[in-house]
Amino acid sequence: MKTIQKIGLLIFAFGLLLFTLLPFFGTYQLEKGTVEANVKEIHSEKMVEVLSPMFGKTYSSNFAFISDFKSYFNAYNDCLKANQEWDKVIWDNYAFALTKASSTGPVSENPFLFLGITVLIGVFGALLYILPLYRGQTEGIKNDGIFFSSMKSKGLLGMITGSWLILFYIVLYWFPEYITNLVLMVDPISVALSGNPASQWFLYGFIYTLAIIVMGIRMFRKYRGNAYQTIRTTSVMFFQLAFAFLLPEILVLMNMPWHDFKNIWPLDYSFFYEYRIDGMISSGALGMFMLIWGIILIVIGVPLFTYFYGKRWYCSWVCGCGGLAETLGDPYRQLSDKTVKAWKIERYLIHGVLGFAVISTALTIINYFSGFAILGQATDQLHSIYGFAIGSAFAGVIGTGFYPLMGNRVWCRFGCPLAAYLGLVQRFKSRFRITTNGGQCISCGNCSTYCEMGIDVRWYAQRGQNIVRSSCVGCGVCSAVCPRGVLKLENGDEEGRINEMPIIIGNNSITVKA
Amino acid sequence: MSKANRNIVIIGNGISGVTCARHIRKKDESAQITIISGETDHFFSRTALMYIYMGHMKYEHTKPYEDWFWEKNRINLKRAWVEKIDFEEKALIFSNKESMTYDVLVLATGSKPNKFGWPGQDLKGVQGMYSYQDLELMESNTKDISRAVIVGGGLIGIEMAEMLNSRKIPVTFLVREKNFWDNILPLEESKMINRHILEHHIDLRLETELGEIIGDASGKVKAITTKKGEKIDCQFVGLTVGVSPNIEFLRTKPLESSGNNKTLQTKRGIIVDRFFKTNIPDVYAIGDCAEFQEAPAADRKNIEQVWYTGRMHGETLAFNLTSDNPVPYQPGVWFNSAKFLDIEYQTYGFVPPVWSEEYESLYWEDDGGKIAIRFLYGKSDMKIKGVNAFGWRLRHDYFDKAISDGWMFEKVLTHLNKSSFNPEFFKSHHKAVLDHYNKQKGKSLKVHKMSFIQKLIGSKA
Repeated sequence: MKTIQKIGLLIFAFGLLLFTLLPFFGTYQLEKGTVEANVKEIHSEKMVEVLSPMFGKTYSSNFAFISDFKSYFNAYNDCLKANQEWDKVIWDNYAFALTKASSTGPVSENPFLFLGITVLIGVFGALLYILPLYRGQTEGIKNDGIFFSSMKSKGLLGMITGSWLILFYIVLYWFPEYITNLVLMVDPISVALSGNPASQWFLYGFIYTLAIIVMGIRMFRKYRGNAYQTIRTTSVMFFQLAFAFLLPEILVLMNMPWHDFKNIWPLDYSFFYEYRIDGMISSGALGMFMLIWGIILIVIGVPLFTYFYGKRWYCSWVCGCGGLAETLGDPYRQLSDKTVKAWKIERYLIHGVLGFAVISTALTIINYFSGFAILGQATDQLHSIYGFAIGSAFAGVIGTGFYPLMGNRVWCRFGCPLAAYLGLVQRFKSRFRITTNGGQCISCGNCSTYCEMGIDVRWYAQRGQNIVRSSCVGCGVCSAVCPRGVLKLENGDEEGRINEMPIIIGNNSITVKA
Repeated sequence: MSKANRNIVIIGNGISGVTCARHIRKKDESAQITIISGETDHFFSRTALMYIYMGHMKYEHTKPYEDWFWEKNRINLKRAWVEKIDFEEKALIFSNKESMTYDVLVLATGSKPNKFGWPGQDLKGVQGMYSYQDLELMESNTKDISRAVIVGGGLIGIEMAEMLNSRKIPVTFLVREKNFWDNILPLEESKMINRHILEHHIDLRLETELGEIIGDASGKVKAITTKKGEKIDCQFVGLTVGVSPNIEFLRTKPLESSGNNKTLQTKRGIIVDRFFKTNIPDVYAIGDCAEFQEAPAADRKNIEQVWYTGRMHGETLAFNLTSDNPVPYQPGVWFNSAKFLDIEYQTYGFVPPVWSEEYESLYWEDDGGKIAIRFLYGKSDMKIKGVNAFGWRLRHDYFDKAISDGWMFEKVLTHLNKSSFNPEFFKSHHKAVLDHYNKQKGKSLKVHKMSFIQKLIGSKA
């Protein structure tokens, strides 16, 4: 490794460490005005009363602050709950907003400085490492030493990285009040884009997008000379930056609902939720367009594009989850489980999630149109179960946190309901397949090893059979790593696409059915 | 002999033996099938050994079938080395003196690296590369070394060079011939690979032969000399001058007293007919270790030592063992493939290193010097005979048909875009090749065009 790369790694590690430690710095002070400014009007009076013991007190850590906040707040609610005064209970979670607003530390005073010495310096360090990668080397497969790498083959570094990611997601989803310092850093950027202060979701989107871009540049280095990989990576970088990050914020600036035009139900599981529908309907022509566009994508876009190109048009070219998996997750693609057992589990799980999403959405829509006469607020319960179990725990904590442990497509493979829908179309009505090139396979196993979806590609290739699998996201890496030119992703006539009993070319003695 | 409940024993769990076992099981529910190997418990892809050393894969990844596969298909696996075979008693004797009987025996024992009697060839740190044990040996032999020498410019040689290169071990590569692998590749192709080897900072020495291998006091290699008299310090020597049938254990103790038909007939390999029958009833040989009495086709050798032929031997013998109408082995259009560092190579049909007057060739090479294609066609009949492609994937089914059906070369040339197997979005060179041909011949052939819609939806129609 070149010296400059080592320096880059050190700088990155420094940025990451500071990012991790930053939530523990700063002081917190709650004032009456802060409460009034950050809670709903109907709660204002009560919240001021409940939290008044905290006013004027300076807390030296967010832990102390949040602990006090929770004890006062919960004591109030618990008392009401005990008396069964359900209508007076404050269900809103103000912990994040009030902690953030009470932060008086250096971060709130110098957000750019702290963004610079954590995230931006991390990006700089990462680029110092990435840009010289493979410099002076020929174009070709760069998989040397992957299974000797602690980071890439479930060694100590991989375990640490996985644990860090899991922890980050848990805090992000369920304890965001502890990372208000991090959110404060990106406040100015959020204000500039949307006019609003940042939420934890803005912070997440910001880091997410940076991760895709920086690791996308790594993809350009790693797969230099492979046009398919280069173009595909450019595509996911573009869709993340433009469609998932910038455009939704600009919409908010224009007083429109936050909307990601490339996100499709059921991955976008809240698309048919009351607040989303109401938001779109009440936002004029553009709002109506959001609604109609979203439905067109579900009803026409998915089947049509998948028919012509396979699910890859979405999963490895457009999707944000796919985008992260294909860039940040690329170093871990070889860790997916290829066993038949894993495939079996995969089919139960992913179609189970699809069923869950469809049923819960159907109930939601029926309930909506019946004016909540049928199920009342019961669908809200369903939504929170789905949001917790699937949207947060599965997609986030497991989906990304397990990259270094189970490969980079855990969510896409086992959980994503949209991938399941796309997969059904791909399996039964599509022109896409991975063609096996006659009898050229030598069973080496590179294709299966580097398949992020855990498809045992070799099983098909060595018997001269095309690979038609619902889970294939068309990343094209099996074809890239094949040393004998056996695999080609292509769209073609449906006839002959699925060859159940292939004949391996080259032996004229007998026609062998593999 | 009745076919029911036969006890079929296969020695060797490589591609030939395993393919044979699998195909027997597909057609014969009742046969007892046992595969014996001393090398590993399970079948692995021999061609992938290099990737284990390079860290692309672990041993586990090189196994084409999960471990439960064998039990499910009732194929018994026995880990043992066969020491000798008693053909009269139809029994195998293992190195631990256990024994096993058989009704039908299939010898699929593979190859072993050649050693040509060089001084010092048995020193520590000198080895070939064929088996899993060789890989383990190479792992230990190449720890903390500062230079390796590879002797022999063939496929295993360049793979070994690539392996060492991946660990940043400097390599000197001795090739006896004028150019790399030029007993197989035509001149231009050989020279292209020469350049690519040098580009990888491998110290390629053409027309250089090994003189002797010099050891230190502890019996470890410390240097070699070339026949030109140069001394090269090194701590590892890879001998990759081809492989020979691994049949020593069969040759050592012929049971001469029991008559001629109980001695296995061998030359370089085990002599078989087109049905893979040896001279002993119920004993067959397939794969690298078999030597045909007559070559299976005009452009084929008597000993076939590639993955694909091993597989076909296994398929054919399995058919014959489970059918009342055995068929002779009859390979189709020749094909092979390899990868020279970053450059992939595929070949279909007949492309010898030099050809006679009756053939003509078209060779095109990209300006970057890493993509090339060569066609060989009949001078008078203009039919395509074969193709070599470098850095350019070609469709096997297309060329199999084109060559066996004798398509006109110019038709193939104008349809090159259809026969390409390169990944999507890769730069296509079919026009450049056609222009090259037109220029050479003063012709004006045109590329068979695809419409925009055809391109958009990827139609091959």
